Formats: sequence, structure tokens, C-alpha cells
Amino acid sequence: MANFLDTTVDDLIENFEFLGDWEERFAYLIELGKKLPPLDESEMVEDNRVHGCQAMVWLKMLPAGDSTFEIHADSDAFIVKGLIAVLLMIHNGKTAAQILEDDGTAIFARLGLDRHLSPTRRNGLHSMVSRIKALAAASVAQPA
Amino acid sequence: MNPPAETANLAKRDESVDWTALRNEFPILRETVNGHPLVYLDNAASSQKPQQVIDTVRRYYEHDNANVHRGIHELSNRATEAYEGARQRVADYLNAGSPEEIIFTRGTTEGLNLVANTWALDNLRKGDTILLTEMEHHSNLVPWQILANRIGAKLDFIEVTDDDGQLDLQWLDEQLARARLLSLTHISNTMGTVNPVAEICTHARAAGVVTVVDAAQSAGHTTVDVQAIGCDFLAFSGHKTCGPTGIGVLYGRRELLEAMPPYQGGGEMILKVEYRDSTFNVAPQKFEAGTPNVAGAVGLHAALDYLDAIGREAIFEHDQRLAKRACERLAEIDGIRLFGPSEDRSGVVSFVLPDAHALDLATMADQKGVALRAGHHCNQPLLAKLGVAATARASFYFYNTEAEVDRFIEVLHDVRKLLV
Repeated sequence: MANFLDTTVDDLIENFEFLGDWEERFAYLIELGKKLPPLDESEMVEDNRVHGCQAMVWLKMLPAGDSTFEIHADSDAFIVKGLIAVLLMIHNGKTAAQILEDDGTAIFARLGLDRHLSPTRRNGLHSMVSRIKALAAASVAQPA
Repeated sequence: MNPPAETANLAKRDESVDWTALRNEFPILRETVNGHPLVYLDNAASSQKPQQVIDTVRRYYEHDNANVHRGIHELSNRATEAYEGARQRVADYLNAGSPEEIIFTRGTTEGLNLVANTWALDNLRKGDTILLTEMEHHSNLVPWQILANRIGAKLDFIEVTDDDGQLDLQWLDEQLARARLLSLTHISNTMGTVNPVAEICTHARAAGVVTVVDAAQSAGHTTVDVQAIGCDFLAFSGHKTCGPTGIGVLYGRRELLEAMPPYQGGGEMILKVEYRDSTFNVAPQKFEAGTPNVAGAVGLHAALDYLDAIGREAIFEHDQRLAKRACERLAEIDGIRLFGPSEDRSGVVSFVLPDAHALDLATMADQKGVALRAGHHCNQPLLAKLGVAATARASFYFYNTEAEVDRFIEVLHDVRKLLV
């Protein structure tokens, strides 16, 4: 699933540049969010909850063969699901070491999202990134 | 400190207030946001400031600024006069018995914490009950939780009936019989409910229960008369009443204030200090340690003049007219959940759409220049009770227009198309 929904990070950046204004970019994020595969309700539990987001967010990371991981995450808000989709484009199908090396912040900056998300939203995004990195770090410390 | 003559004259035409002219006195309302004219509908969080409040604060810093109460020099005298003049103005605004009953604070939150940490800490004991309601803002809940944990007191709650947002008062006397202190909000910041505080305080007084009223959502919108309400304490914030941020008011009945221990220690609040002991000043100085927010108090004075020149009943009617228009248009949306009373409500309108998250709505509305609030509104337990994680909220003030209500509804429909 490295190419989530057949969209790469480069495609995403190109699409963002093509879209004229932020209203359209947010609308595009919403469309991405709608395509995000939902988590099963049984996975929407406290252990998978990411706190620090205004919306509800659940996130888990599963081994996907060849030491790579797949992130499964969901939210009750579409824009947050869209941000999750971007995180999946960045991190999915990579090894723990690669995930730890990924500079998601730089990609969000290239998208301009760092300036156009409200500070509380940015905090929420940081909480999701921290969870992904922590899960990757934990898998390195304790190989499955 | 009086309003410029042209504003006062304009607003005194009270049976037909020129709302458009008043709106034009708020420079920030001419902003564009994301390429659209700003439609500011987050007034329950903070109000905007008219030019005369901004000018008054600037004039104070340009001409009168110095520390208060201490100086022998001219500027200190001017600053003290301005500060104490503001105290008198607040006393008049709330119909308090005297300016000594007015304590300046940082805001409603500090006022409520002050009561919890002085009167309540001094008078409540292990096993005593503090009565609250289920619709309190976190600032009128968490201070009491902290106090209750500290001294072993218990919390009890007057229930909220349902989406209609009324307090269930059928057990009020029984609950008061078990309580020593009642703290409740005048107007709900989430549902727009206007609580019958005077009636409730009458029952509380009969039961010997001390009362605290959170007037954060009412003081800038409707008449708040502490003698008519009959409360012992009442708190509000300057920034929600067209005044500056960082200034607020706690009213306290004189007998209680005199008997209460100080809040914080420092300058201003003492009469005599020795190395091992001090004698404290009288109220209100006893509760105002350190250099106060003089510019804030001066700005608040100008704001209260401004509101009274319009007339608070006219303001409330305007709020209600806009809220009614919004509720009627919102009710046309299939499956919408509207919170709060259908009649006699304030200008706060909370809702949940069946198919769109409040955060998505507010984010997309912001792209079109409409400022809404989305989330739990510092009301997490209430939202949990109502079974929702977040609501969207539009809250109106006198400078909002019917055209803005219509724009808000139009934007809502546009945004919904994206989200459904």
C-alpha cells in the first residue's frame, strides 16, 4: 500500500499546487479522507486512541511482511481522515527504520499544511506522527 | 471616559437602534478572511471591540499610565482615578451596593477560582456538598473538583433535562437542603439556555446556601442586576463584553468579602507588613495583590458605557432575533440536532448535522470567511451526557446582521455538499 489510492506523495504535492486555493485543497483532503479504508469498530478502542486531536482518532500499525508495516487509522472527521491518508502515503510499506527516518514535517511544509492548519489541528497532527514514530521505535526495540 | 458624543447620540435612538452604524464602529469586522468578508459568529468565545474601547486603552497608555494607589505624582493620581472610576462603573453596571463589592480579576475563570480558594476553602468542610449544574463550563466545574478533592467535599449536580437544555428544578429544594454552596451559570455557553437565577437564588437563600453566578455569557448581552438576582458572588469577563482581554470582575456581597481570607499575597493587599506577619487590607484591595490590569479596567469602563448607550435589552432582543432566524433555517435541514430551548434563549446556537463532523464544517466555513466554533465548548461532561463528541456553534452579538445569518446558512449548505 505504499501508493495509497494510487497517489504518491509527489502526486499529492503536484495536485496541491494545481488546486487554486485552500478551499479546494481542503475539499481534496476531504475526498482523500472519504477513500480511506475504515477501521473495524472493534479496533476503535482506547488502546488505539490517539489523544491530543480535537476529533476522535484511532491508529494501529501492523507488520506487512519483509519487515515493513502498514498503518491502519480512522477518524470521525473527514479532514482528519484526509491527513491520515497523507500520513499513509508517507509511511506505509516501509520498515521501522525508514519510518523513523521519514521527515513528515518537511512534506507537510511543502504542502503548505503547516501554515494552513489551525494550531490545535497541528497539535493533533503531531500527536498522530508521534504515535506512528513511537510504534516504529517500539518495534525496533522489541522485534516481533 | 465617556463615549464620544456622536456614538452616544446615535445609540440613544433606542426604539430603532441603527445597528449598521454600530457595526461600522468595529474595525475588525471589515477584515477579509480567506478572500471573503469576515462573518464573525464566535461571540460566545470572545466579542470584538469598538473603536472607542480601542481608543480609550490607547489614550490611557499615551496620557495617563502609571502604577495605581501608590504614587504621589500626577500620573499615578490619574491612573488611580481611572482605575477606581472603572470600579464604580462596574458597580453601577451590576447594580452592586458599592464599589467595594467589585474585585478586578483576569476574567470569569479567576473570579470563580477566587471564590473556591477563599470563601469556600475557609468555610467548607469534609463531607459538605457543593451544588453545581450539569451545564457548567469547565471553569465553573474544575475549580470545585480541585477544592472538593482537597477538603473531602462532595459535588452534586442539578440535571439538564435533554436536548431542550433546561435545568430540572423539581428536586431543587431537596438538593439545596444537602448543599452549602451553589454555583451555576446564568446563560449556557453551549445551549443558550437562560437559567432562572433569581428564582434559584431565592430558594438557595431560604436554605442558607451561598450562591455564585457565572455571568460570562450574560453580562455583555442582557441586564445583570446582582440585587435583583440576589446572589452572593457573580463573575464575568471583559473580553466577552466588548472590553479588553485579561480583565474580569468578581462581585461579592460585602459581609462575605470582609470575612474572607485573602486570595494571593503581595503588594496592594496589605496594610502593614513585618518579617513574620502582615495585616491585610480591606476588600476589594485584599483580593487584588500586585499591580492590577489598569488599562484593562479602563477599557472595560469604556465597553460598559458603550453597551449601556445601546441598551442591554435592545442588545438581547437583537441576539435573540438572529438566533431565532438561524434556528428556523437550521431546523429545515433533515436530521439536524439543535440544542437548547426553542423559546426564550440567548444568541448561542449549537447543532449537530447527521452527516458532517462539526470540525469539518467549521474548517470549511472558515475557508469561506465564516467563523464558527466546533468542539466540546469546554463542556465535555454535558456533551457526553447528550451523546455527542462535538457540536458546531454559532453565537451572535449586536453587530451581526440578518444577512450574516443567511450567509452562514448558505455556507453551511455549500459545505455540506462536500461532506455528504
